[in-house]
Amino acid sequence: MRGSLQALLTRELALAFRQKGELLQPLVFFVLVISLFPLGVGPGPQMLQKIGPGVIWVAVLLASLLGMERLFRDDFNDGWLEQMMLSPVPLTLVVLIKVLSHWLTCVLPLLLISPLLAVFLNLTLDMYQALLITLLLGTPLLSLVGATGVALTTGLQRGGVLLSLLLLPLFIPLLIFATSAVDAAALQLSYNGQLAIIGALLLLALALTPFATAYALRVIQS
Amino acid sequence: MQFDSWSAFWAMGGYGFFVWLAFGISLLALIGLILQSRLARKHVLRALLDEQKRQARIQASRHQQQGSKL
Amino acid sequence: MWKWLHPYAKSEQAFRLCGRLLPWLSISAGLILGVGIVWGLAYAPSDYQQGDSFRIIYIHVPSAILSMGVYSVMAISALIGLVWQIRTATMAVAAIAPVGAVLTFIALFTGAAWGKPMWGTWWVWDARLTSELILLFLYLGVMALYQSFDDKQQGGKAAGVMALVGVVNLPIIHYSVEWWNTLHQGATITKFGKPSIAPEMLWPLLLCILGLALVSAAIGLYRFQTELMRREIHRPWVKALAGDGRTQENSNAI
Repeated sequence: MRGSLQALLTRELALAFRQKGELLQPLVFFVLVISLFPLGVGPGPQMLQKIGPGVIWVAVLLASLLGMERLFRDDFNDGWLEQMMLSPVPLTLVVLIKVLSHWLTCVLPLLLISPLLAVFLNLTLDMYQALLITLLLGTPLLSLVGATGVALTTGLQRGGVLLSLLLLPLFIPLLIFATSAVDAAALQLSYNGQLAIIGALLLLALALTPFATAYALRVIQS
Repeated sequence: MQFDSWSAFWAMGGYGFFVWLAFGISLLALIGLILQSRLARKHVLRALLDEQKRQARIQASRHQQQGSKL
Repeated sequence: MWKWLHPYAKSEQAFRLCGRLLPWLSISAGLILGVGIVWGLAYAPSDYQQGDSFRIIYIHVPSAILSMGVYSVMAISALIGLVWQIRTATMAVAAIAPVGAVLTFIALFTGAAWGKPMWGTWWVWDARLTSELILLFLYLGVMALYQSFDDKQQGGKAAGVMALVGVVNLPIIHYSVEWWNTLHQGATITKFGKPSIAPEMLWPLLLCILGLALVSAAIGLYRFQTELMRREIHRPWVKALAGDGRTQENSNAI
């Protein structure tokens, strides 16, 4: 079991690195969206610092949605998914592996480039620290919940817009708690409460979404 | 009756616009929903009738073919 | 204990039951809602603080309550459909979602029309209005997902999964928005908190809630019937309906 899961993970990563273009697009999109904001609202450092956390988080939401669309698409089209359902490996674990590889390949680069954006938006060190922790806790949640939405829309023609309609409302609590943690950090306040709530949401998603995703995959495959 | 006259009723103590706007749009939305539901029902019924006519036509032509063969 | 319910999982029986309930539901719905609205608009005393603008409550509160109630009905039927694999339940999800969306829209719109004279703006990011807005998005998501499947069987199941994901998230969304709102705005808008309401105002409100609930139930059942017919159009019992289809149509004349 362990061996087959490892093999799955290496397969996913190898596939992801083979398509470097698709890997880079969300990253470029992320940087681009964030650099639009200073142009849109003016370059005042105070203003940028105030809107910074929200802007970065909204951009993370949109960028991860972009990359997520292809989570199950190719596997669905070439029949790999159907084979996986027949294999002895539980589909929920396959889903978890796919989510993990998506997070490693699509979201981790966003986190790695975030110091640059913190400089762009004039965040203080405390704020950046809080932002990084919320991103670390919150983006796996994005990937987990996102996988369910992707599974529901995979077989469809115009899945992309529908995917954002389905998923963005579900991400609102995360957005609220994450940005408020960064805001609290800006005021030198403790933000453990927000982190605890995000962590709780993450655990809840970890427990429930693999089943929902696996069920949705079976529905679209039938 | 809380109001002395019809005009007082329509004025709603100065809030007439908002009150009637709220109730009017709500009524419109409900009527729209009902109309849409009936339209959907009509579509299904029409599809059903079309299907039956098609079946009848198929039956008829089959009958004719058999008749000509004989 | 629940055995008497089982025959209604069959679509024909469910259709018949709806047909029998619909006339009674529609008539009582129209009567009760009509009495409630007229009582509320014309006979209930006006509020000493808000004057006559408070009368919007007679449509705002019922639609807001029902927008959430309808969502829970939808989620429960989704659960029944997914757990016990009952096809009629997934059809109910698709039939109910538009009703809930319209109720949510009404709650939002009347909230805005009430907010303008009371708070001075059409829209504030008040916790309840914001949660209603998100609820509308959730409804639209379920509807859009169902619409985009060509195979309605699949679409119904997918919409059911989405409804359940939404129902897990709704409390989280609600409390997060409430907390966010108090954080950002302070308690400026507690005017509508929960004032003890006079019985002369309360009775028509209760009537309106009941009436609108019956209206939603009637429209929901009617749409459910349509959904049954659409999905089983090749079954003999639906074909038999085509003859007396015209009489079925008028049952919803409220």
